[in-house]
Amino acid sequence: MWAFVKKEFFHIFRDYRSMVILFGMPIVMVLLFGFAITNDINNAKIGILDHSKDVVTRDIIQKLLSSGYFELDSYLKSNAEIEKLFKQGRVKEVVVFERDFARKMAESNGASVQVILDASEPNTANMLSSYTGAIINTYSMELMKQQMKIPVSIQVENRMMYNPEVKSVYMFVPGVITVLLMLVSAMMTSISITREKELGTMEALLVSPLRPIQIILGKVFPYVLLSFTNLIVILLLARFVFLMPIQGSLVLLLGESLLFIMMSLALGILISTISKTQQQAMLLSMFALMLPTILLSGFIFPVENMPLVLQLVSHLMPSKWFIIIVKNIMLKGTGILYFWKETLILIVMTLLFIGLSVKKFKIRLE
Amino acid sequence: MRKLLYILQKEFTQVFRDKAMLPIIFIIPIVQLLVLSYTATFEIKQVRLVVVDHDRTPESRDLVAKFSGSSFYKITNQVVEYAAAAELLKKGKADQFIIIEPKFASHLVTDRKANVQLITDAINGSAASLMSAYATAIIGEYNREIVVAITPLAGQSLPIRVEPSYWYNPELNYITYMVPGILVLLVTIIGLFLGSMNLVKEKEIGTIEQINVTPIKKYQFIAGKLIPFWVIANIDLAIGLLLAYFVFKIPVIGSVWLLFGVASIYLVAILSIGLVISTLTNTMQQAMFISWFFLVVFILMSGLFTPIESMPHWAQIIDYANPVAYFIKINRMIMLKGSGWPDIQNEVVILAGYAALLFTFSIWRYRKTV
Amino acid sequence: MTERGNIIEVSHLVKKFGDFTANDDLNFEVKKGEIFGFLGANGAGKTTAIKILCGLSEPTSGIALVAGFDVGKYPDKVKERIGYMSQRFSLYNDLTVKENFRFYGGIYGLSSAAIKERTNYFLEKLEMEKTRNVVLSEIPLGWKQKLAFSVAIMHNPQVVFLDEPTGGVDPITRRQFWEMIYETAHHGTTVFVTTHYMDEAEYCERVSIMNEGRIVALGTPAQLKEKYQAQSMNDVFIKIAR
Repeated sequence: MWAFVKKEFFHIFRDYRSMVILFGMPIVMVLLFGFAITNDINNAKIGILDHSKDVVTRDIIQKLLSSGYFELDSYLKSNAEIEKLFKQGRVKEVVVFERDFARKMAESNGASVQVILDASEPNTANMLSSYTGAIINTYSMELMKQQMKIPVSIQVENRMMYNPEVKSVYMFVPGVITVLLMLVSAMMTSISITREKELGTMEALLVSPLRPIQIILGKVFPYVLLSFTNLIVILLLARFVFLMPIQGSLVLLLGESLLFIMMSLALGILISTISKTQQQAMLLSMFALMLPTILLSGFIFPVENMPLVLQLVSHLMPSKWFIIIVKNIMLKGTGILYFWKETLILIVMTLLFIGLSVKKFKIRLE
Repeated sequence: MRKLLYILQKEFTQVFRDKAMLPIIFIIPIVQLLVLSYTATFEIKQVRLVVVDHDRTPESRDLVAKFSGSSFYKITNQVVEYAAAAELLKKGKADQFIIIEPKFASHLVTDRKANVQLITDAINGSAASLMSAYATAIIGEYNREIVVAITPLAGQSLPIRVEPSYWYNPELNYITYMVPGILVLLVTIIGLFLGSMNLVKEKEIGTIEQINVTPIKKYQFIAGKLIPFWVIANIDLAIGLLLAYFVFKIPVIGSVWLLFGVASIYLVAILSIGLVISTLTNTMQQAMFISWFFLVVFILMSGLFTPIESMPHWAQIIDYANPVAYFIKINRMIMLKGSGWPDIQNEVVILAGYAALLFTFSIWRYRKTV
Repeated sequence: MTERGNIIEVSHLVKKFGDFTANDDLNFEVKKGEIFGFLGANGAGKTTAIKILCGLSEPTSGIALVAGFDVGKYPDKVKERIGYMSQRFSLYNDLTVKENFRFYGGIYGLSSAAIKERTNYFLEKLEMEKTRNVVLSEIPLGWKQKLAFSVAIMHNPQVVFLDEPTGGVDPITRRQFWEMIYETAHHGTTVFVTTHYMDEAEYCERVSIMNEGRIVALGTPAQLKEKYQAQSMNDVFIKIAR
């Protein structure tokens, strides 16, 4: 049995290219998500069309540009240029001040600032528009205050729970852990077992004195270790490079991860009993496992906003439940009481996959 | 040239004979486009809001009404204390809660200043930013209304009106934004995976050796491997554009021919990357892992989901080498804004440079001898 | 035997993989139209040598002239003039018999008319006309081997290299295979064949025997049997390999 496990390790480590990918992938992904991928908007390029050029508009422009959200691309001379700038993709927003701006402010209608947004990127447009609105409104409030006209103001105190600095990496680390555990456990096992089938070496193993259960355990054991190593690497990166805390119990986190790894392995074995060739196993894991894991698990995109059908499908994704668990432990610091349901679902899924593959396996042997 | 035709004939025959290939090539992209367009969204439709109203006066209720009147918010619970709201957030049953201080209304009148606390589940940072921006805007609007109500002498709200207008996508439809990007994703997956798997497959089954003892030229063989998938990916793009038009009602505002022209150049670059990968690997498993790796990095950094401008400077510099980023940008410009050749020429020239470079490299990397 | 020119001339050929020397100073000639048997135990370095001669692998040092060209320098010139059938079956399993012929004929630069003519010729000779439009994966191994051989000589090469062509094939098919080899040689194509069936060695005009990367014996089967005082090539082989 031990010799068999050693053989598996040997197989895996000899393929150094796959090794590099397996260990490089989590690191690169976490680094990318941590450093490069962010939804925050800063330094958005804007154009300014100032028909008035008076003290007030200069003040407002100064306020906009010093906010950190915006960066000046250019001053426009006419309305006709707006379209051109957008089409070239040079700016995301153009701010237009009407003629006689300062004078019109005193009139009962007030002066108007037109904020034109390139809404082909709706989220960005939305955020930029609210930032611009907030800056200009604050400015006019202050103006009124100086003129003693401002009577009332509501102070809004904003608190971001669980992620006070609103770092994207908090959101992505649980997802990256899930995807990688899935990739290593399910995909690698399914491919490696199918390869033995394809090469005919599986038959040799089956006629050996090893019992089938020993064969399967020997096959999956190295991947359990690999997955665990990956998990630890990601957690260390998250903790020490991104200073992301683990609020809850580390033991509980590792335990739940082990459960998820078991589930993925069972799934991988199931896939390998279904597919005849490596290529089939690969495509099945790719399209039936990886894509849904990434899309429907809430890893990147919130599930609540999807059409109902997809929300229902997402309940079938084991990764969805695991991500909830990881977020709970790592970010909210809750205990098992808060996610016993999710844990139970994972256990049931694991048993189901094991049951199905044992059944498939027996049918094939008979 | 005649030899190339024989290779093409063989490649096409193989692709169309493989029963597993046809769905991969033609069905999966369609499903991807449909599913991704609905799933790949950061749009927030309904925030589950919990209200902790310590004041319970007409004023505080007015403020709450502002939230329930917004299509963006759904008030799921009204609770009496902070702890209960925090528990709901912890359990994941709410996204945000608002706390209105005791004596909110009287503070407004006497101190002319009142406090509202806004607490947002910020695990999903981008959603949190949007949620807090929306809530702040709603409270701001309420503020302006009471200004008018309390001080009629002013006769106006604020001296400056901000009037946003949203061009190209006035309804801020997120799908409109995503579809052009997903089309790029789709042809990229097809190009990169088929490109990298095909040559490696010949290595694995051993036919490559038979090819290598023939006097065939390296460029003929590589071109023979590239062209079929180039054609297929272009057909996929055409199908995708039709779907975008008929299902999502997103027409190509700019020139379709320009779009296909750029796509053709782009695909040479992507397929060449796939071929380079397949010359560097020995098994399909390796080829697949490496393709996957590049795909993930390319896509994450492409601006498909998150704006490139927000990335740190070094990441933006790396992105100059990311063909996916160029094509996503160009495709969005042509499809959504109707940009023309002068608007995109710089990007296209760079893409063409990459395509030529990568194609040459793949020919150079392909070894007939070991 | 009339004096014929050499089609293959190998002198001081060495191939190393790191510290391991796969071919150690090989020297031999093969005459035009000859059936040359290239024997040796598994791992003796036969496949390495054959790959160098076909231009699939570059020699570490030494010179190999094939069909008048130095393989190390002009592999493509050599490739136009040779045929090769590898140990691993290397026709396309997902193409039909006809399509395989068409593809390989096409990349050797045969005209469509010539491709048709050669395809018909081989199918007729092998009595396999009915399989013309059958996908190769559905054809038994022995037939496939014969097809692979036909494809390898389709463009009338000056030399054809056969790397263990009869591995895993039944005795009857093996017999037919050797008939094809004889006929090919009769038409003037030199046949360079590796095998570890010693009865097949008896069919060759001359044989060389490799052991641990070196050529340890070279001559006609009769000469070798006499030299080692053996009854059969099998005995010769056992005596040398020991």
